[in-house]
Amino acid sequence: MLVYLFRRLINVVLMLLVVAAVTFGIFFMVPKLTGTDPALLYVGKIADHAAVEGIRHKMGLDKSIVEQFWLFLKGVFVGRDFNAGVDVTHCYAPCLGYSFKTEQEVFPLLLSRVGVDISLAVGASVLWLLLGTATGIVSALRRGTALDRISMTVALAGVSLPMYFTGLVALAVFVHQLGWFPNTYTEFADDPVSWFQGLVLPWITLAFLFAATYARLSRATLLDVLGEDYIRTARAKGLKEPVVIGKHAMRSTLTPILTVFGMDLGGLLGGAVLTEKTFNLRGLGYEAVQSISSSDLPVIMGVTMFAAFFIIMASLVVDLLYAVVDPKVKLA
Amino acid sequence: MSNDDKPFLSVRDLKVHFPTDDGLVKSVNGLSFDLERGKTLGIVGESGSGKSVTSLSIMGLHRTGTKRGAPQISGEIWLDGEELVAAGPNRVRQLRGQKMAMIFQDPLTAMHPYYTVGAQIIEGYRAHHPGASKKEARTRAIEMLDRVGIPQPDKRVDSYPHEFSGGMRQRAMIAMALVNDPSLLIADEPTTALDVTVQAQILDLIRDLQKEFGSAVIIITHDLGVVAEIADDILVMYGGKPVERGPAETIFDSPEHPYTWGLLGSMPRLDRELQDRLIPVKGTPPSLINVPSGCAFHPRCPYAELTGGRSTSEVPVLAEAAPRHHAACHLPIAERHRIFTEEIAPRL
Repeated sequence: MLVYLFRRLINVVLMLLVVAAVTFGIFFMVPKLTGTDPALLYVGKIADHAAVEGIRHKMGLDKSIVEQFWLFLKGVFVGRDFNAGVDVTHCYAPCLGYSFKTEQEVFPLLLSRVGVDISLAVGASVLWLLLGTATGIVSALRRGTALDRISMTVALAGVSLPMYFTGLVALAVFVHQLGWFPNTYTEFADDPVSWFQGLVLPWITLAFLFAATYARLSRATLLDVLGEDYIRTARAKGLKEPVVIGKHAMRSTLTPILTVFGMDLGGLLGGAVLTEKTFNLRGLGYEAVQSISSSDLPVIMGVTMFAAFFIIMASLVVDLLYAVVDPKVKLA
Repeated sequence: MSNDDKPFLSVRDLKVHFPTDDGLVKSVNGLSFDLERGKTLGIVGESGSGKSVTSLSIMGLHRTGTKRGAPQISGEIWLDGEELVAAGPNRVRQLRGQKMAMIFQDPLTAMHPYYTVGAQIIEGYRAHHPGASKKEARTRAIEMLDRVGIPQPDKRVDSYPHEFSGGMRQRAMIAMALVNDPSLLIADEPTTALDVTVQAQILDLIRDLQKEFGSAVIIITHDLGVVAEIADDILVMYGGKPVERGPAETIFDSPEHPYTWGLLGSMPRLDRELQDRLIPVKGTPPSLINVPSGCAFHPRCPYAELTGGRSTSEVPVLAEAAPRHHAACHLPIAERHRIFTEEIAPRL
């Protein structure tokens, strides 16, 4: 078990290295190929030649790509100095460089953004997990009834309607018409009540989207499971129906949902672009959009690394949990 | 009527019809038989003959009421003086696993993959012994695993089904079924999914346990070789109806129904020339929605023309051909005996 965990953690690092190499390659090769100058992006449009060269040297942009990548990695693990001869700036580990636009350090910037995504993802995921699976289970058990048809129609709508539609409708009705919720985000530490109020609508809208998928998934899975021979065996033993469903069928239904849930949660932590944009939340997704539209390469790269980190960690956690719930899975 | 007058298990005119979009599927259409404690009945027939549906009806494992896929069940099933078709689902559930138990065809899919073998046996025991502690139930589970021939039962009790071989799994299924000393054991194709070498062991085990516990056993199979080894009586089903019924030796020595001849001819024989080893039943099983008129077997029966048209117009009923031996066939008994002795027996 410990050996497995150790091997997987090494794997995590290797995967992040690959992600870093690929994004680094793309984002620092593209300017070379298209003829845009990263140094120029740092100093702005009205800089003289000397200033550009100075910044190029300070940021290490005059070095070869391999050397630059090496310095980038070194920054991530131990921090690095940006030395222009006269002024030295130290960037502490994990250093993801500086934003072209704001000259802020990327890592602290993104770290300050990730709280929004954690708040958003955790709240929404609890909602959708409970609502979605409960709806799916009830639908499967009442298959063919009006309740089943209505839930599945709503779920189909949830799967089909894009976030920016349901989100905007929710905003128009509950914020602008009824005025029930504020349209601003407050840090939890500043004011928990406002934090909660500001997130209720994004939670519900996001949860609706995911709950629809989970309802369909859990309904289909449970219907499959109910047709399994071992459910018939459980009944043949004379077990009561609530035990047959609640214990034997649920165990097999919830296990695959766990996998999907882990991956969805990991993906959301790395930024929910549409939700953040719709509800004016400034998380990683917002930062991603901002950085892409302004060609802010270090920030794009940072967001990518953050998202990759969350997804890879989520898949690790899912694999570990799977070994706990499924006896057929052996960690080795 | 007191319980003593009735056989231990008595099925009377059982009909199980499934409503579907294409029409009413008459899976079982008028089946009656009796079974005493300590006896084994083999129900034989091809896929769709209604043998599994019959066993699920006895166990009350069909969906009930207005649920989707629930069949219409009529007739009577008497188990030890208690009628089951009209009984409440909760009463039938109480009997399930306690007075009647069932083992299934594929022991891999019939056990829950996420629970240990022991946990699944313990659960069955405690469902009918609410007062039993976990420890008592575990001791009982180990005892049962030992009884069905699982080596190191005190260790294997904590294994998962996938850690068992096919034969071991079927043994564990039998342990699970017998944990509450049921008086009726239904085995639905218990050896079909197993290696040939293991099949005989499982049949031996069922026979030994039956002797030990004195229970009534129903073996459902398409394989006459299986019933030959184990059954006292044989019931041959075709198209949801019984076509022949009698003691096992009689069915093998002097079968009366052309379908039974076909089944006997379909058993591979290694002591014959290659082209003579099998005499297949020609044609395909009948539709259970539009059952052929008259005798359901007539479209496949090589002797249908000898009945003077009765086989297409009149449904044959089980009639005594010899003491305790019944067949549902329009052919005159003398004619059947002539055909069997002259044409069938030399080829078997």
